[in-house]
Amino acid sequence: MALYSEKVMDHFRNPRNVGMIEDADGIGEVGNARCGDIMKIYLKIDDEIVTDVKFETFGCGSAIASSSMATEMIKGRSVAEALELTNQAVTEALDGLPSHKVHCSVLAEQAVRAAVQDYYERHRS
Amino acid sequence: MNKIYADNAATTKMSRTAIDAMLPYMEEIWGNPSSLYEDGQKAAEALWSARERIAACIGAKPKEIYFTSGGSEADNQAIISAARLGASAGKRHIISSAFEHHAVLHTLEKLEKEGFTVELLDVHENGMVYPEQIAKAIREDTCLVTIMYANNEIGSIMPISEIGAVCRERRVLFHTDAVQAAGHLPLDVQREEIDLLSLSAHKFHGPKGIGALYAREGIRLTNLIEGGSQERGRRAGTENVPAIMGMAAALEEACRDMDIHRKKLTDLRNRLIEGLSRIPHSMLNGDPVNRLPGNVSFCFEGIEGESLLLLLDDRGICASSGSACTSGSLDPSHVLLAIGRPHETAHGSLRLTLSADNTEEEVTKILRVVPEVVAYLRNMSPLWKDIVSDRKEEKHGIIQ
Repeated sequence: MALYSEKVMDHFRNPRNVGMIEDADGIGEVGNARCGDIMKIYLKIDDEIVTDVKFETFGCGSAIASSSMATEMIKGRSVAEALELTNQAVTEALDGLPSHKVHCSVLAEQAVRAAVQDYYERHRS
Repeated sequence: MNKIYADNAATTKMSRTAIDAMLPYMEEIWGNPSSLYEDGQKAAEALWSARERIAACIGAKPKEIYFTSGGSEADNQAIISAARLGASAGKRHIISSAFEHHAVLHTLEKLEKEGFTVELLDVHENGMVYPEQIAKAIREDTCLVTIMYANNEIGSIMPISEIGAVCRERRVLFHTDAVQAAGHLPLDVQREEIDLLSLSAHKFHGPKGIGALYAREGIRLTNLIEGGSQERGRRAGTENVPAIMGMAAALEEACRDMDIHRKKLTDLRNRLIEGLSRIPHSMLNGDPVNRLPGNVSFCFEGIEGESLLLLLDDRGICASSGSACTSGSLDPSHVLLAIGRPHETAHGSLRLTLSADNTEEEVTKILRVVPEVVAYLRNMSPLWKDIVSDRKEEKHGIIQ
């Protein structure tokens, strides 16, 4: 379909890291059902390194592709690097998104941040 | 992979009959119908015969048919004309419904800005607007009632002759957008007391970019396009003779085969509705009985329509959805919201619209693939997990 790049379609058709982590160290959920997209990211963190990451997404093709790409981009990276993930980086890695779909990459950035935030909060207590 | 085309409410494949009816008017009789010499006059004669044949299909007189660029133009011209006639008599109140096509709703919005009062009637949960609602809403200053014949998304068929009777009795002009009905349901503008009616050729296997407006004799149309004196001075521009010939042939063919096609489509449709109803947390949109023969519309909770369509396309099924992502706006389909579907449910809608070209085998494949794709998407949906674990209400609230 011409609507999306081949990269988007690849991540949509074969999403990486789908699922959940039972004993996650951080979970982030953003978006809402009314708007039509919810992203949930689970992190497993060992010694400040994201050793595993999974996602669950309710949303359109670009929402699923953005989640998949974001998980790939932070897997194996440090928590600090994960926090630096931007929606532009996700969009670029997907070879671009249609302008009315850019918010999907924003959600991916926010979901990662929310999951890291959750990890920090659990860590402090 | 053989594609299954199940989006006939969006557009239809042209019939061989329609194509064959067009070719001579591109290859041989390509003259301008306004020209005096023989080739022009031949085109003019063809045009008149098309007008007669289209009129006959809907119970109208030939001179009551105006050719337009399609359903949207016909809707615009019908509504603007009725509004101008009303305003000249001091009447500026228009009645319509919340789930009309945007060609109607956006024209009404424009008139509202000009000072007209537009009353959009509520649509019942089954996708119906009833004559009692119209009777109650008509005021002294009502100049137009515009209610669609059948809804393009959810397929419900309105009680048009009853609505027509109410309007005629109260002496209010009645327009119906019959774009989804023409060629699929028996129309009769006299019996159904319709004053203005819009139709579009590409919805019944005719060409795109051509439609017609029926306006009962004596109703003075307002020109949307100024220029020459084509269409009795009401719609300027050299007539698209090939397209008009294709439309006439397609409509005649559709009306000729209507009973056989309705029977076949209703059977296929009912099989699809029965099968898809077995998917848990699914709901049929629109009335189960008063329904276009080829229309199947469902909402599946916990998933989003665009991803559903993309995966169906991968499996060779062409369908449509009323999700926000497919509508290009932030909100899902106004039709689904009008029948009371919550936003989150409306995002997960699927519309399959069949034509007589579809087969039992195709329906069997659709019934195998759709539940698989829905289950796959639900499996990765956090919303679905909340729905099945009853956590939705506490987390997301019940959004109406």
